[in-house]
Amino acid sequence: MNKKKKSIKIENISMIIAFCLFVIMFIVGSIKYDHFGTVSTFLNLFNDNAYLIVVAVGITFVLLTGGIDISVSSVVAFTCVLSAYLLQRGWSAVIVIPIVLAIGLLNGFCVGYCVQVFKIQPFIITLASQFLLRGMCAVVSTVSIPIENGFYKAAALKKITFKIGRTNAKLYLYVFLALLVVLVAYYVLKYTRFGRTIYAIGSNEQSAEYMGLNVKWVKIGAYMICSFCAALGGIIFSFYTLAGYSLQNMGMELDAIASAVIGGTLLSGGVGNVFGSVIGVLIQGIIQTIVTYQNLNAWWTKVTVAALLCLFIVMQRLISIRADKQKGKG
Amino acid sequence: MKKLTQKMEFKPFCVLIAIILICGIISGGDFFKITIVDGHLYGRLIDILRNGSRYAILAAGMTMALGTGGTDISVGSVMAISGAIACSIVDGRILAGLNGNVALAVLIAILTGAVCGAWNGFMVAKLKVQPMVATMILLTAGRGIAQLIADGKIVTITSDAYYKISGGYFLGLPIPMYIAIGVIVLFLLLTKCTAFGMQVESIGVNPESSRLAGIKVERNLWIIYILCGMTAALAGIIESAGIKGADCNNCGLMIEMDGILAVAIGGTALSGGRFSIISSVIGALIVQTITTTIYAFGVAPELTRVAKAVIVIIVCLLQSKPFMDKFKSLFPKNTAKEVQA
Repeated sequence: MNKKKKSIKIENISMIIAFCLFVIMFIVGSIKYDHFGTVSTFLNLFNDNAYLIVVAVGITFVLLTGGIDISVSSVVAFTCVLSAYLLQRGWSAVIVIPIVLAIGLLNGFCVGYCVQVFKIQPFIITLASQFLLRGMCAVVSTVSIPIENGFYKAAALKKITFKIGRTNAKLYLYVFLALLVVLVAYYVLKYTRFGRTIYAIGSNEQSAEYMGLNVKWVKIGAYMICSFCAALGGIIFSFYTLAGYSLQNMGMELDAIASAVIGGTLLSGGVGNVFGSVIGVLIQGIIQTIVTYQNLNAWWTKVTVAALLCLFIVMQRLISIRADKQKGKG
Repeated sequence: MKKLTQKMEFKPFCVLIAIILICGIISGGDFFKITIVDGHLYGRLIDILRNGSRYAILAAGMTMALGTGGTDISVGSVMAISGAIACSIVDGRILAGLNGNVALAVLIAILTGAVCGAWNGFMVAKLKVQPMVATMILLTAGRGIAQLIADGKIVTITSDAYYKISGGYFLGLPIPMYIAIGVIVLFLLLTKCTAFGMQVESIGVNPESSRLAGIKVERNLWIIYILCGMTAALAGIIESAGIKGADCNNCGLMIEMDGILAVAIGGTALSGGRFSIISSVIGALIVQTITTTIYAFGVAPELTRVAKAVIVIIVCLLQSKPFMDKFKSLFPKNTAKEVQA
């Protein structure tokens, strides 16, 4: 019981720091650059990172069980390439979207099954599926395929505009899809048997099993959700870019994992929530915006995010080491 | 004979021979053709030895990291960093006082690799972050750092001495091969002639009990990640010498998969414990043979990734005990035989 209270605290500390960091960065950006401190900039963070929000929410499920999934970027890329390819062949969006989502679920099931039943390390098997899907992308097409489908175009361009002061702010419709995913994920994790079992597995898999919880299927389910969210993120990403290219989103898995970690999800599992992950995504978005405003080379974003991730991991470790020590004393 | 077949190196070695033979038969003997041009040997097999030496060096370091139950996925980025540093020094862009001294450039690049490794070691041993996540930080940041060193450009160099590291020959055989052999011998001496190898295995099986048994787990992890960084740096130098310049975006891109693949094919358990460097080196040669073959037969290079991924999955499944149990239960006759044997 004592430990549980402690770990909830860790999660909150991390999330609060992340939130403060976001606010500070936004204020600093507003002071430093013209046209930065507007609602439009804030909403654009959502417009540009909607797909990452969905992927980060998905990966939070797997991280909570204490596992890891580094195949998400390939799932996103494969979804984009395959849907672009099928749409180009004249398939209807009503058929294509279920197909790619099903592929996402299938990938998640295979990975989860290998992890849970065959006891292969999650990192190795997802590395393999990352390569497999990335290779499959190139098999489908090595060149970028534009999407001309009417439904996709409509989904990509439909937006709500607000008039605030003299500036126009806009929010694309697909952002609401991403926000819906966040809310559903929050509900599932907090109020369903499935969600609570995920936390239990992350805290201690063995005791979860002794308690009679269905560890096997919940864990496979977590991987399926993660992969499904990645496929959904892929669809949103194809709305965003209206193209499919086999080399897109290289290294995006780190962005997703970094978002979750910055938002307070412990990599050892059992602690964290999806709102934290959303804050993590927004922080990365704002770093990217600042890098753009500052007119720096794009890889500065990567270096900064990696440094930030490192900082948060170290912080998590220090807090949990201290918590362990205190527990030892008590 | 039985002793021979039970060795860990036996299976991968047979696979290597089989793959080479199959390639040879399909290509109608072209594969084995070795000609002598200007006193050097030329041919597919020599190509495999030259290009495979990079993987072999990487795999030697990676084996130890995987042997402890950890991993190092930052090797590709470390390769980019070391290549950028070595080329920049040879080019005189940084540390102009060295006048582009190749030996010093290589030394400094390897030391940089050691520093990168030490950083990973610090994260893994001291802060106890999962190795995969700890090295993932350097994986992303590393390429940015390499860009910083190279100033965002592809550094091209004109130094014959530096080219020789990859393109040179000694006694008719490519120089990278000798470098690889040197590294492997050093690693074998370290793991077989000292207690270090056994300690690594012990950490891989159970770090906590190893600590209780008096093994300095932390110190050993530091050493392993530093060695891993150094091997990656060396591979980076060979690669940059091969393309006569440092391309920070592509040098060693996704090579961590090949490294892990080589180790996995070699039969080292990816969850830690028993490891064999020779097996991994054979695994590296298998990976290179597959790659060369795919290119040589005109199959689309995109398929290499799919093929490698499928191989890793198969190897993982073969290593997994629950899978084998399930597989065996499908063929009850065979199981009975094995029990009798």
